[in-house]
Amino acid sequence: MYDVAIIGGGVVGGMLARALSSYKLKLCIVEKENDVAMGASKANSAIVHAGFDAEPGTLKAKLNVRGSEMMEQVAKELGVKYKRNGSLVVGFNDDDKKIIEELYERGIKNGVKELSIIESSELHTLEANISPDATCALNAPTGAIICPYELTIAAIGNAMDNGADLKVNFEVSKLNLCNEFYEITSTDGDMIKAKYVVNAAGVNADSVAAMANETDIKIHPRRGEYVLLDKTSGGLVSHTIFRTPSAMGKGILVTPTVDGNLLLGPTAKDMEDKSDTATTADGLSNVLANCSETTVGINLRDTITSFCGLRAVGNTGDFIINSTAERFINAAGIESPGLSASPAIAEYIIDMLLSMGLELTKNEKFNPIRKPAHLFRESSVAERNRIIAENRAYGRIICRCEGVSEGEIREAIRTNPPARDLDGVKRRTRAQMGRCQGGFCMPYITEILSEELGVTYDSITKNGGNSKLITGKTKEGCER
Amino acid sequence: MTELVIIGGGPAGMSAALAAYENGVRDILILERDERLGGILQQCIHNGFGLHRFGEELTGPEYAWRYEERVRELGIPFKLNTMVMNITADKEITATNSIDGIFTIQAKAIILAMGCRERSRGALNIAGTRPAGVYSAGTAQKLVNMKGYMPGKNVVILGSGDIGLIMARRMSLEGAKVKAVCELMPYSGGLARNIEQCLNDFNIPLLLSHTVVKVHGKKRVEGVTIAKVDQFGKPIEDTMEFIECDTLLLSVGLIPENEISRSAGIDINRITNGAYVTQSRETSIPGVFACGNVLHVHDLVDYVSEEAEIAGENAALYIKGELKNDIDIPIETDGKVRYTVPQRITAKEDTKIFFRVANVYENATIKVYNGDEIIFKTSKSKVAPGEMQCITLKAQLLQNAEKLRIGLEVF
Amino acid sequence: MATRELICIICPKGCNLKAELDEDGKVLEVTGNTCKRGAEYAENECTNPMRTVTSTMRCSDGTVIPVKTTTPIPKGKIYECMNLINKGVVNLPVHIGDIVIADVFGSNIAVTENRT
Repeated sequence: MYDVAIIGGGVVGGMLARALSSYKLKLCIVEKENDVAMGASKANSAIVHAGFDAEPGTLKAKLNVRGSEMMEQVAKELGVKYKRNGSLVVGFNDDDKKIIEELYERGIKNGVKELSIIESSELHTLEANISPDATCALNAPTGAIICPYELTIAAIGNAMDNGADLKVNFEVSKLNLCNEFYEITSTDGDMIKAKYVVNAAGVNADSVAAMANETDIKIHPRRGEYVLLDKTSGGLVSHTIFRTPSAMGKGILVTPTVDGNLLLGPTAKDMEDKSDTATTADGLSNVLANCSETTVGINLRDTITSFCGLRAVGNTGDFIINSTAERFINAAGIESPGLSASPAIAEYIIDMLLSMGLELTKNEKFNPIRKPAHLFRESSVAERNRIIAENRAYGRIICRCEGVSEGEIREAIRTNPPARDLDGVKRRTRAQMGRCQGGFCMPYITEILSEELGVTYDSITKNGGNSKLITGKTKEGCER
Repeated sequence: MTELVIIGGGPAGMSAALAAYENGVRDILILERDERLGGILQQCIHNGFGLHRFGEELTGPEYAWRYEERVRELGIPFKLNTMVMNITADKEITATNSIDGIFTIQAKAIILAMGCRERSRGALNIAGTRPAGVYSAGTAQKLVNMKGYMPGKNVVILGSGDIGLIMARRMSLEGAKVKAVCELMPYSGGLARNIEQCLNDFNIPLLLSHTVVKVHGKKRVEGVTIAKVDQFGKPIEDTMEFIECDTLLLSVGLIPENEISRSAGIDINRITNGAYVTQSRETSIPGVFACGNVLHVHDLVDYVSEEAEIAGENAALYIKGELKNDIDIPIETDGKVRYTVPQRITAKEDTKIFFRVANVYENATIKVYNGDEIIFKTSKSKVAPGEMQCITLKAQLLQNAEKLRIGLEVF
Repeated sequence: MATRELICIICPKGCNLKAELDEDGKVLEVTGNTCKRGAEYAENECTNPMRTVTSTMRCSDGTVIPVKTTTPIPKGKIYECMNLINKGVVNLPVHIGDIVIADVFGSNIAVTENRT
């Protein structure tokens, strides 16, 4: 019997699990995919928003500013790369200027620190590659960048290190309220019991909420397409550059990532299908056209990959964090700035659980520190040589482009939450994430996965389910 | 201090090592990232290698073995499973392997022979999903030929580069159905013989001026949408067609792997994606040479070996202090000639110039100008971007040369 | 009289060949070739096309090893040849050039790699 079950292994569920693991509680995270961070948490703008965007008084505003303040410390404890690089909202005319002034006012009301409006000359001193046509900008030095899936993986890993359970490939199909607890049943017929349930199911939060009780929560997916450029383009800008928002949404941004790439996007298109993460030719060309408006020198030849994320947009305009059944809390409609707000959302939900009667006793053994996934590569040469001498696998480079060793890959498969497929290894180690996109190292990583997991080579998947890499052996078929 | 460090133990690295050895260098070290010598040839199990060099048709592993056997006979040292992480302008090399850990070597001369990588799907921005089943042709080749696994059973290939054509045949022989090869350009990027023996022999259609516009399937590829393209390479809406398949192989170009060359500050040519070199294959850093596919992508390994020998010989001269750099003649190109290797001539010797053209041209005359004066010309009935061209300029032609330009006239 | 257009596969040049055939399919004249072997190729291609087959074979230790037919075999026999290759097992160790299946459509199957 679990005290709390969290449905959804995204950044919201992950940060909550980690925060709850500091108490003496039996916790379980259930995730429908083969790995955590498989929804919006793996495909978003990777930004910790300063908090000037949301309407004052909303949960979005409150939790964004609070979350943004907490994030640096959380990232430090979890060994997650975080950089306070600052955001700039760039304007080109008087209309833009008016909006920038509104954003400034909103930011001040929301409690965002260090905000200022800057003119063209200062803007171009800050960022040499901003379009010469830009006339002004909102300067938000508290804006930051972080790797969202690294944060999610680290938070869940830390929760697991502190005793939480993770069940992957557990797609909830039924919630049954018994007297004291819920029976949570998966599509495969597995069942766990928990006294409290938190619904952090992302785009599917409405269907999960409906399993507990009647609700009017509706979530629709909003497609956001992105283009990622090589590290050679990573230095084009140092701030996160937003175009002044228009009716089209918050606008498309240009930002460095914590790993040194350049990220462009997202588009915003409302969708029907909650699993359609296909990119479109129109979307990608839209991203590029928009980014070239604010930033000069974007070179498409440096494109490494493009991807698409689905934001979970709720029907209230704000985050929907409420209780719609006994001992059941929804964290629904957590669209942008959900990543930024996630540590504060966890805090907020814990308060709700407390008021519902959950007993919280400090877990003295709680260790907030997680060994950074990239500790090896960031160590000194002497330290790395000491590790290689102890374990030779750290001296064998598997991913040439990102310089990832066999030892680091094995570590990712052995560390909480364990990588179980190629994409899992990629998100934990960056192997396959470089210029060749796994062309050279994929056959080797597959081999390491099959050894570590004790399964055959041809059963390894890209990202679980039917995503098999191999369809069979050679020598098996050509009776013609 | 090691006299000569060669980065890469493929056909270029081994040929360069042997040539340096034959020219008197003994203190040589080859650093190879893979678990054996031979580079990409080990997975190229088809025949067609060595016709120029050895007058016979060898498979990739056989060609590689001719060189490896000689390297072993001469006792030229090499380290396997060793990845070079960095080189500096002062020729200090940092590498990693399991036995030595992270170590540095100071070299007197370096030969870059790291080869190239395949352009990936991401670089093409093909729309659609990102399922399992999209591979570069070389990755599929490794899986099939070295690991013994089939990456798929119903295949569409994008790009008609030679690796794609070879894999069309290879997959067919192993029982897969190759439904089509789509080529964006109106001509193939591969050799005519490969279209004949890899596609035509197996009734695989080659769709010129076609591309893949969308990938379908959530977890595994379920199909692709292909379309005809207009003269600007833009897909034509009403020609879109869905092809059911479980695999998309990409053979859409090779890119020299010059990350560590760049980190050393070596000047890289934007067209070849390789270093700028002189006729001795010396880069912008004295004593650092480059050859093979890291310098520019070759169509035949025979030419790689030939080029690597030039680099090896000249590295030996450099080590002995005898490398001639007494003149400096830049070589420019006109629009129809995309690039040349070398890009400069620094000694008045017979010099072979390799180059590629920008398009398919018939009845072309290649002309070499010194200023306005034509100093060399030759005619070709047909030239194509997929086939590297070569001319030899005799030493006496260079006597009064200051600046050369290679042009192509088409009638 | 009939004409067949061919692409020569003997070397990377890939010459466009034309073969003039009589009513019995006999080759009368080959044009477009730039060497003697091109003419031979065209003649064979019109009467009895031949191909070298390269593939891999399973080894006794479960790995695969590259193999080839030591000489070209009739083109129509490629898949039959593949079936033989697929059924065979190579006993290690082997040296480059070792014949692992003899008498295959007038040729032999040899390994093209050393393996201990």
